[in-house]
Amino acid sequence: MPHRFKRRSGPTARALVASAAVVFTAAATAACGARAGEEAAAAESCLDTSGDTIKVGALNSLSGTMAISETTVRDSIYLAVEEINAAGGVLDKEIEIVAEDGASEPVVFAEKAEKLIREDCVAAVFGGWTSASRKAMLPVFEDNDSLLYYPVQYEGLEASENIFYTGATTNQQIIPALDYLAETGVESLYLVGSDYVFPRTANAIINAYAEAHGIEVLGEDYVTLGSTEFSTIVQQVNAAGADAVFNTLNGDSNVAFFREYTNVGLTPEDMPVMSVSIAEEEVGGIGIENIEGQLAAWNYYQTVESETNTAFVDAFKAEYGSERVTSDPMEAAYNSVHLWAATVEAAESFAVDDVQEAAGGIAFDGPEGTVVIDGDNNHVSKTARIGEISADGLLYTVWESEGPIEPDPFLDGYDWAADLKVTD
Amino acid sequence: MSKFLQSRLGAWTGFAAAAIGLFAVAPLIMSGFRLGLFAQFICYAIVAVGIGLAWGRGGMLTLGQGVYFGMGAYLMAMHLKMADAEFRNGPGAVPDFMELAGVRELPAYWVPFASPAFTVAAILVLPTAVAVLLGLAVFKRRVKGAYFAILSQALAGAFAIFLIGQQTLGGFNGLSYFRYFFGFAINDPVNQQMLYFIAAGVLLAVVAVSLQLRRSRYGELLVAVRDSEERVRFLGYDSANIKVVAYAVAALFASVAGALFVPVVGIISPASIGIVPSIMFILGVAIGGRGTLLGPVIGALAVAWAQTTLSEQFPSAWTYAQGLLFVVVIALLPGGISSIPALARRIRVKNRPEPVEATA
Repeated sequence: MPHRFKRRSGPTARALVASAAVVFTAAATAACGARAGEEAAAAESCLDTSGDTIKVGALNSLSGTMAISETTVRDSIYLAVEEINAAGGVLDKEIEIVAEDGASEPVVFAEKAEKLIREDCVAAVFGGWTSASRKAMLPVFEDNDSLLYYPVQYEGLEASENIFYTGATTNQQIIPALDYLAETGVESLYLVGSDYVFPRTANAIINAYAEAHGIEVLGEDYVTLGSTEFSTIVQQVNAAGADAVFNTLNGDSNVAFFREYTNVGLTPEDMPVMSVSIAEEEVGGIGIENIEGQLAAWNYYQTVESETNTAFVDAFKAEYGSERVTSDPMEAAYNSVHLWAATVEAAESFAVDDVQEAAGGIAFDGPEGTVVIDGDNNHVSKTARIGEISADGLLYTVWESEGPIEPDPFLDGYDWAADLKVTD
Repeated sequence: MSKFLQSRLGAWTGFAAAAIGLFAVAPLIMSGFRLGLFAQFICYAIVAVGIGLAWGRGGMLTLGQGVYFGMGAYLMAMHLKMADAEFRNGPGAVPDFMELAGVRELPAYWVPFASPAFTVAAILVLPTAVAVLLGLAVFKRRVKGAYFAILSQALAGAFAIFLIGQQTLGGFNGLSYFRYFFGFAINDPVNQQMLYFIAAGVLLAVVAVSLQLRRSRYGELLVAVRDSEERVRFLGYDSANIKVVAYAVAALFASVAGALFVPVVGIISPASIGIVPSIMFILGVAIGGRGTLLGPVIGALAVAWAQTTLSEQFPSAWTYAQGLLFVVVIALLPGGISSIPALARRIRVKNRPEPVEATA
């Protein structure tokens, strides 16, 4: 069939030219937008405050690898909203939650955040967990001039007018943990972490701290997120014989690490491990026999003794079941909703500008103690606590800071951290 | 109807209708947010057109298109970060994420990406060249079928892991926070609409290129290689070269799609280019119908749209729906959505033998 091999180029070549022509015509007719350096047309908020209810967004991963952690945060956001509604709402309006699934994907977080702001017209969004998800959402909140309340401890070095950070920054978690280790006589450290921005930044801070305080860092190892192969690293840790291990591993890696750690016969008495990503939720998965007696650094534990915490834990268990535990990110998320409501009440407005202006100095008496928003960097003051993992799977405070620590995301107040700072 | 679509007039009418739909109707009926989402879906559809060519026509199950999508995306993202840094702190400035990671000196391989022309050339040339070299290495050795699929998927996984380890490429978090696109502010709604128009124009162009290739002598050879590679070789053709061309064109399309994805979505990270996203690309093509010209486009748009809509209505239910959809298509409709009309016609003809005799 020779005719079948004949070239028939006519119509498509022309179609190609035509489609190109259409693109350029469209490009020419559409008015050109702002160029670099010009102020873009400000996004108009579609927030509607005329009704009896006010919408807020809850954006957490309900599917994917982060779902197991982030659904607990969502539960405490709902709990806080219920409490506020039961007490009469915010500015006499009932809070209505619009929930979206971040699916553990930064791209989905950005997409859903924009949907919540532009289609659902929410007054504020609560959620996010990984730094990747926060970094993906940051331009969305800035460009649409909206508010995100981010509830997880993170690596610091960030401050946006449109994000309120209610988890710890480095000087409220990592530096107190180092202070504690130094106080107990630790003179050498081994660093183990997952390979992403939080452990790398944390270890940069630890190295600078160690140099200034005469602590020796004997090794620094990273594994890919989710890696479960630790025999080599644990052998190295064992051989190095450091006084303590600083652990910034995340997720499943902790299970494999602690199992291997116990297997080779290392104990908390020989070489304690200080972890910054292991909370009440994770202890069960790792296995209490592998981790009992090890240390963690957070701002809140379920066992914190205060009336507000007892009320919080009781309310949470009544709502979601007595077998559930409360953890630091859950508490920070719970605080974030109350802080937003308190700010709105003080501003007497839901408008973003008014909330931003009124936020500085707003305090909430939370389960961890009183937290106060710092108007300069939108972080909150927090009490640092070192906890020891006990046989019942809970963490008990063995050391706490004298009152709340002011947030210092860029570590301006620490001379030894000068080299870490961004130079303008 | 299908004869009409294959005719000259049909091709013209189809392109005109698609152009009117994309350039006139869509911006009228969609909000700025939905139009931005649609632009994102169009990027997936551009990748799908390439897969339709390599897999549907060439029989190469390209399970690793995330590699080329990622190359285009990271190349573009590097330029946008350089442009932002230059705008803030002057030429040669270090991008913001590197400052945070403590990098004070700009890595040498970043320097050329300050130039827009170099970046565009790299987006077009680099992934294509990689695909040609890889294709030659693989197809000359007659690696095919499941082995090729496994190889390409392993490549996508390895590329994502490689990127996670590169702190000067943003590591696990990837690159985000882009302010300007070739001198235009990305946060301006007018410019966002322009990005959509560019994406839509590129989609029309790649469909036209794909149509051209399908109708050419080369297209016939490609199908022949797919259906009986040995016979084509006996006829004196080098079947490896024929496959390399389709594979390289698919890589080029994926790279261009990735480059557009970055300003449209505002972030690129290893999570968007590894094994799972690569399978998502294939899924859209399979559901739409890999053998047809528009099947991959329709499939990619439909899957992306279904994912967004379903996850808004039923958060966390999408994963199950996706699996179910794939099983249903593979089991009941191997030709995809676009095979439904042909299937219906065959059933109709089977049920009515009499009219055929009457005309004879």
